Amino acid sequence: MGSGNGELLNLTLKVWRQKNSKAKGSFETHQLKGISTDMSFLEMFDVLNEKLISENKEAIAFDHDCREGICGMCSMYINGRPHGPKHAVTTCQLHMRSFKNGDTIIVEPWRSIAFPVIKDLAVDRGAFDRIIASGGYVSVNTGNAQDANNILIPKTAADESFSAAACIACGACVAACKNGSAMLFVSAKVSQLALLPQGQVERKERVLKMVQQMDEEGFGNCTNTGACEAECPKEISLENIARLNREMIGASLT
Amino acid sequence: MASSPKLNSKIPEGTIDQKWSKYRSTVHLVNPANKRSLEVLVVGSGLAGASAAASLAEMGYKVKVFCFQDSPRRAHSIAAQGGINAAKNYQNDGDSTYRLFYDTIKGGDYRAREANVHRLAEVSSSIIDQCVAQGVPLAREYGGLLSNRSFGGTQVQRTFYAAGQTGQQLLLGAYSALQRQVGMGAVELCARHEMLDVVTINGVARGIIARNLITGEMEKHFGHAVLLCTGGYGNVFYLSTNAMGSNVTAAWKAHKKGAFFGNPCYTQIHPTCIPVSGDHQSKLTLMSESLRNDGRIWVPLKKDDTRKPTDIPENERDYYLERRYPAFGNLVPRDVASRAAKERCDAGYGVGSSKKAVYLDFAANTERYGKTEVAKQNIHNPSKEQIMALGKEVVKEKYGNLFDMYQQITGENPYEVPMRIYPAVHYTMGGLWVDYNLMTTIPGLYALGEANFSDHGANRLGASALMQGLADGYFVIPYTLGVYLSDEVSRMSAEKGKADSIETLKTNHPEFEKALAEQTALITKFLTIKGTKSVESFHKRLGLIMWDKCGMARNKQGLTEAIAEIQALREEFWRDVRVLGEANEFNPDLEKAGRVADFIELGELMCKDALHREESCGGHFREEYQTEEGEAKRDDVNFAYVAAWEFKGISNWELNKEELVYENIKIAQRSYK
Ligand SMILES: Cc1cc2nc3c(=O)[nH]c(=O)nc-3n(C[C@H](O)[C@H](O)[C@H](O)COP(=O)(O)OP(=O)(O)OC[C@H]3O[C@@H](n4cnc5c(N)ncnc54)[C@H](O)[C@@H]3O)c2cc1C
Ligand code: SF4
Ligand code: FES
Repeated sequence: MGSGNGELLNLTLKVWRQKNSKAKGSFETHQLKGISTDMSFLEMFDVLNEKLISENKEAIAFDHDCREGICGMCSMYINGRPHGPKHAVTTCQLHMRSFKNGDTIIVEPWRSIAFPVIKDLAVDRGAFDRIIASGGYVSVNTGNAQDANNILIPKTAADESFSAAACIACGACVAACKNGSAMLFVSAKVSQLALLPQGQVERKERVLKMVQQMDEEGFGNCTNTGACEAECPKEISLENIARLNREMIGASLT
Repeated sequence: MASSPKLNSKIPEGTIDQKWSKYRSTVHLVNPANKRSLEVLVVGSGLAGASAAASLAEMGYKVKVFCFQDSPRRAHSIAAQGGINAAKNYQNDGDSTYRLFYDTIKGGDYRAREANVHRLAEVSSSIIDQCVAQGVPLAREYGGLLSNRSFGGTQVQRTFYAAGQTGQQLLLGAYSALQRQVGMGAVELCARHEMLDVVTINGVARGIIARNLITGEMEKHFGHAVLLCTGGYGNVFYLSTNAMGSNVTAAWKAHKKGAFFGNPCYTQIHPTCIPVSGDHQSKLTLMSESLRNDGRIWVPLKKDDTRKPTDIPENERDYYLERRYPAFGNLVPRDVASRAAKERCDAGYGVGSSKKAVYLDFAANTERYGKTEVAKQNIHNPSKEQIMALGKEVVKEKYGNLFDMYQQITGENPYEVPMRIYPAVHYTMGGLWVDYNLMTTIPGLYALGEANFSDHGANRLGASALMQGLADGYFVIPYTLGVYLSDEVSRMSAEKGKADSIETLKTNHPEFEKALAEQTALITKFLTIKGTKSVESFHKRLGLIMWDKCGMARNKQGLTEAIAEIQALREEFWRDVRVLGEANEFNPDLEKAGRVADFIELGELMCKDALHREESCGGHFREEYQTEEGEAKRDDVNFAYVAAWEFKGISNWELNKEELVYENIKIAQRSYK
């Protein structure tokens, strides 16, 4: 194992620390030396945590799992932007070559009423699961399916549906939005299924139930600022929100 | 050789193609009213767990689902990239249930159970139907039909996919089916919960102890059956393509309570991963096997060639897989491809600064796609640039997300220069031993998906794990669980009303209290050692031992040393680990301490298993046992069995053998030449 070819950076980190959902949090400042530009942002946090433990201080709690940009677990608000400075990149896929020697980096949790902080940088996104449980599915019990090729789906529809289905439920859209709206997330699931023949039967009911659940969870209203699309690591398009609005009108008219 | 009397695989009678269908239509059923009073605990929400939980809830059972992530949708299955196999024969290229069965047995180097693998092949088709019905957007052709690609170890195109995000889309399908049941109140969801032990009463599984990861509270959960769908243990190597949280704790604790561990040393090293870049490396990233459809693997013909890859002319490149295995070329199985890469790098032909990498090159196929596009679009006299640009578009559509990922991680553009890749730990074929019903050696305790010792023998073929996880969950367990639970119903009615019965006491049974106390004490122990070294540092050290001595190539001396080193590491861990924070709070470091403690014990068993298996097969390559050409050399006379290890105390295991009988496939030397 070599030590890599990256350049080395010295950095100042200001990280949000909060003991639990009830405690008051505050920023803590750390100096880090010799961070390789080949490291990922979370590997830089690993280094910081190892340093803290060696000083007998508690490690910083943060969510992560796949470190490949697909599970949606990582969730850091970096220098005022969810998932940091790079477009269409999750926190775990962000690499230190996106930073310069001497930079100060401010790291906070997602901030939204619907996502209470659990500890430090980890938040509770259970609201998203409840929205899906309210209607984000096709009702088909195991064993009830017909042959897959009996359902013909034009490639363009399949591709468009797939693009919407690429949402990783990270919540960056909510964190980016000044209203804390979850419209991009909800519209992605509504679109995925509305675009497919399999989704037609429950189409109207689905959108009504999901939007109702979203409102009950305390997410804010959408005022079309577009901040969600700009920060979404999976490039979920605002067109999905337009589609959701059309679906709502369609569903309410009957 | 006869199988150990402790192992009854319960393979049904009959010809191979009738075993499952006959069995399925004759097993005992549980009537709907009784299902409502039967509780099933499903630990894990990946493809296996989510599909099992949704299907069982649909049938009427009361289900609870546990996962350690904050949502069931984040289980590691979400990261699977390339695809899922099914014997649909949509391409009319000669595929069939038999061929999928045969390829899987051969791919597994004749170390899997015939009956299970045949069942897997039989149900594979229904999986695709189910997923499509759920709205999973699998890739389509222009005519609206499903599209297929090829994967390693086969000569047909039977792999279904959704770009490089197949696992994501399949899991979201299973997750939405699960959430539908949650919404209807049929499933209780316990996310951010970690199972720490199985509770057994008189040797029968009756529930689990779990820790609420947010509050730290220790909880008792009762179940008439417990399903472990907790994934693989590749992270025992520290660096692997698995998610950071993937761990062996659930399976290991079950092992210590009496579940035998099958073939622990069978590990899959995947040939195409992004190489290690430095000591800070926390995990490795897979570049899907599907890339081998369109990428050609090579190294320079000259040793220590420092030229840029694009400057090395065709005749100075060694396409070593195509050279050594002309019939399968770049699509040989993973174990073969990984060893071939290691061989070239060890011989000094590796590339990149570490010399531990080979090239995966898309130029030739980009050009080929470009030419097809040019023809389609009626462009006359196209320039080379035009052709390549059009070709890139095609490549981008197929693998865009993987190429982006590569560029993010390495800072290099794979559309312009070949990828640098190297083998990495990826999947574990070993796992809890299960019978045909997927039940472990603890009655009432089942293992599904990657957590069981599975259908893949000594080597898994690409795109077969997703298939197996969903087969187990959607189409096997809904039937086989009834075999056991129908007996439970009789027991329950016999015990009805008795004050000290299991049904009356449930989690108040003394065994629950005992298990709870033990696990609480363990947590306290981690926090009171107050040593000097971090949990992470122990994990890293374990990983290095495992990779060096129980990795891609193994030998007697190395394995013997590894066992001693791991024992010493375990002793040091329990003396000198430093775990900070408290028990009653969200404490990721404490979670990890428990996982690493279990990995250390597992590591020792893996080495022991690898040491005892004096042959090479699939992913298990013992340097002492190879052919003159460096291929794995099996010993079918002495080792055609599943090694099922019984826990007898720390560093003490007893070997039980399940003989593998091949009635339908002629056992042969595996050849991909
Ligand atoms: C990068 C990558 C790409 C892959 N690509 C492919 C592919 O293209 N095709 C293919 O066929 N296979 C692929 N595989 C393999 C395949 O993804 C896995 O084998 C499969 O998804 C495992 O599914 P599972 O349901 O068994 O477990 P997992 O998906 O790993 O789920 C495990 C579950 O158990 C839970 N859990 C674990 N321990 C506990 C505990 N103690 N308490 C509570 N919950 C617990 C977790 O929270 C999680 O929900 C890939 C693997 C990797 C790493
Ligand atoms: S829409 Fe984008 S930002 Fe929002 S949850 Fe999905 S992936 Fe994340
Ligand atoms: S850790 Fe999985 S998306 Fe970042």
